[in-house]
Amino acid sequence: MQHDNLVEIEDVAFGYGARQVLKGVNLTAKRGQVIAIMGSSGCGKTTLLRLIGGQIKPGQGTVRVAGESVGELDPASLYRLRRKMGMLFQFGALFTDMSVFDNVAFQLREHTDLPEDAIRDLVLMKLHAVGLRGAAQLMPAELSGGMARRVALARAIALEPMLVMYDEPFAGLDPISLGVTGNLIRRLTDTLGLTSLVVTHDVQESLKIVDYVYFVSEGVIVAEGSADDIRASDLPFVHQFVHGEADGPVPFHYPAPSYAVDLRLGG
Amino acid sequence: MLKRSIENLGNRTIQGVWRIGFAARFFLAMLLHSGTAFRRFGLTVREMYFSGVLSLIIILVSGLFVGMVLGLQGYETLQRFGSESALGTLVALSLVRELGPVLAGLLFASRAGSAITAEIGLMKATEQLSAMEMMAVDPIARVVAPRFWAGVISMPLLAALFSAMGIFGGYLVGVHLIGVDEGTFWSQMKSSVDFEQDILNGVIKSAVFGVTITTIALFEGYDAPPTAEGVSGATTRTVVTSSLAVLALDFVLTAFMFRGLN
Repeated sequence: MQHDNLVEIEDVAFGYGARQVLKGVNLTAKRGQVIAIMGSSGCGKTTLLRLIGGQIKPGQGTVRVAGESVGELDPASLYRLRRKMGMLFQFGALFTDMSVFDNVAFQLREHTDLPEDAIRDLVLMKLHAVGLRGAAQLMPAELSGGMARRVALARAIALEPMLVMYDEPFAGLDPISLGVTGNLIRRLTDTLGLTSLVVTHDVQESLKIVDYVYFVSEGVIVAEGSADDIRASDLPFVHQFVHGEADGPVPFHYPAPSYAVDLRLGG
Repeated sequence: MLKRSIENLGNRTIQGVWRIGFAARFFLAMLLHSGTAFRRFGLTVREMYFSGVLSLIIILVSGLFVGMVLGLQGYETLQRFGSESALGTLVALSLVRELGPVLAGLLFASRAGSAITAEIGLMKATEQLSAMEMMAVDPIARVVAPRFWAGVISMPLLAALFSAMGIFGGYLVGVHLIGVDEGTFWSQMKSSVDFEQDILNGVIKSAVFGVTITTIALFEGYDAPPTAEGVSGATTRTVVTSSLAVLALDFVLTAFMFRGLN
């Protein structure tokens, strides 16, 4: 059964303890698209990815991936579904006790009975796709931030997943690595027929590569549309975000009592 | 003021009980997911290298010195009663019954236990455990259980080596330095050390310590807040808690094992 929408999130709410992070989010990701989820730091973007990956369960609403409700799966089915998902963590999350080669080979060795020769070829192909075939024998500690991110990307696509999630793939990269990473996401999505969900706050870089954008603020989707829609949007929040203005609907100051009272001025 | 401190006490108690419950579930999950640790025994052997083989130097050197001190002190006391010939017995029994398992346990806790906690804590802080989960690999089965069994297997071996080195140290000092008769030293030891009562009980003790120390170390690492303070606090707690647990358990085990012996 092929669903046109690979990921469907309906009216999902989630909170850590008393703090409500998501308050009724609706979001869909069509197969073969690059979808960006944007919003300021701490607005619940990463929480959305964790919900899709089944690491946490929604308090309300449903998260469906390929037609299966992630929150209701038993552990075995959840693990089976996760084999078809790849995730790129913010700083790569490479296994520091293994070489680049073994990191990429990890899932192949854990989940398949392929002979070591075949694994070697597959790993080199994935590393070649991210331009790091020559770094196969390096240890993660010897890589730069951008390279670590690319190795993690090679590892995420090792089992040819249908969905790849990226948690802040652009954070802390130099302009060259930034462009390289952006292009890779687009190119891999197109050539491997993946669906990519990119959580980011890097507006300019991601608007270049995405098909559709969701803006999250205070636990709800406040705007959505294609890259051009977003650039042209006159919604105050989107405008502030896209143009990087310091003050606006998202205030510069953390809530505090009046400045004069704090400085004990005027009695 | 009083109300606040009562509230604090209540909170701490609830948290403590909650943590014990969590630790118990963790222990159970570790046992249930131990299949991988045996099916792919290479994973466990690798961890035995890190927690066992790399602890060898500290264990062997400490064992030697403890044995040498036992030789000196033992002789000093025994010769007052004219029973220097029992030096071998004294050295061997103190080591296999008590000092071997307990001191090897304490050294294991500080050498290997702290390393396990720091490693697991940092793997958690750098999202390596989450990444593994997202790759449909259970970190309890792949990372935690092999380390547990490696510790449980290594600990009795380390304790045995500690005792062996200690006996050798006692022999060096007693026979070669002080001049106790070599034949008496060994024959007395051989006739009074019982395999079941002394050696086997020592092995059981050290296996229990192995279970305790590695469980505490793994749990502290797994439960550590994913920050620098979190991991350093967890490492300290591992050493303190497991050392205290070893000493307290040693008393309990000794009370059961050697009661009624003469």
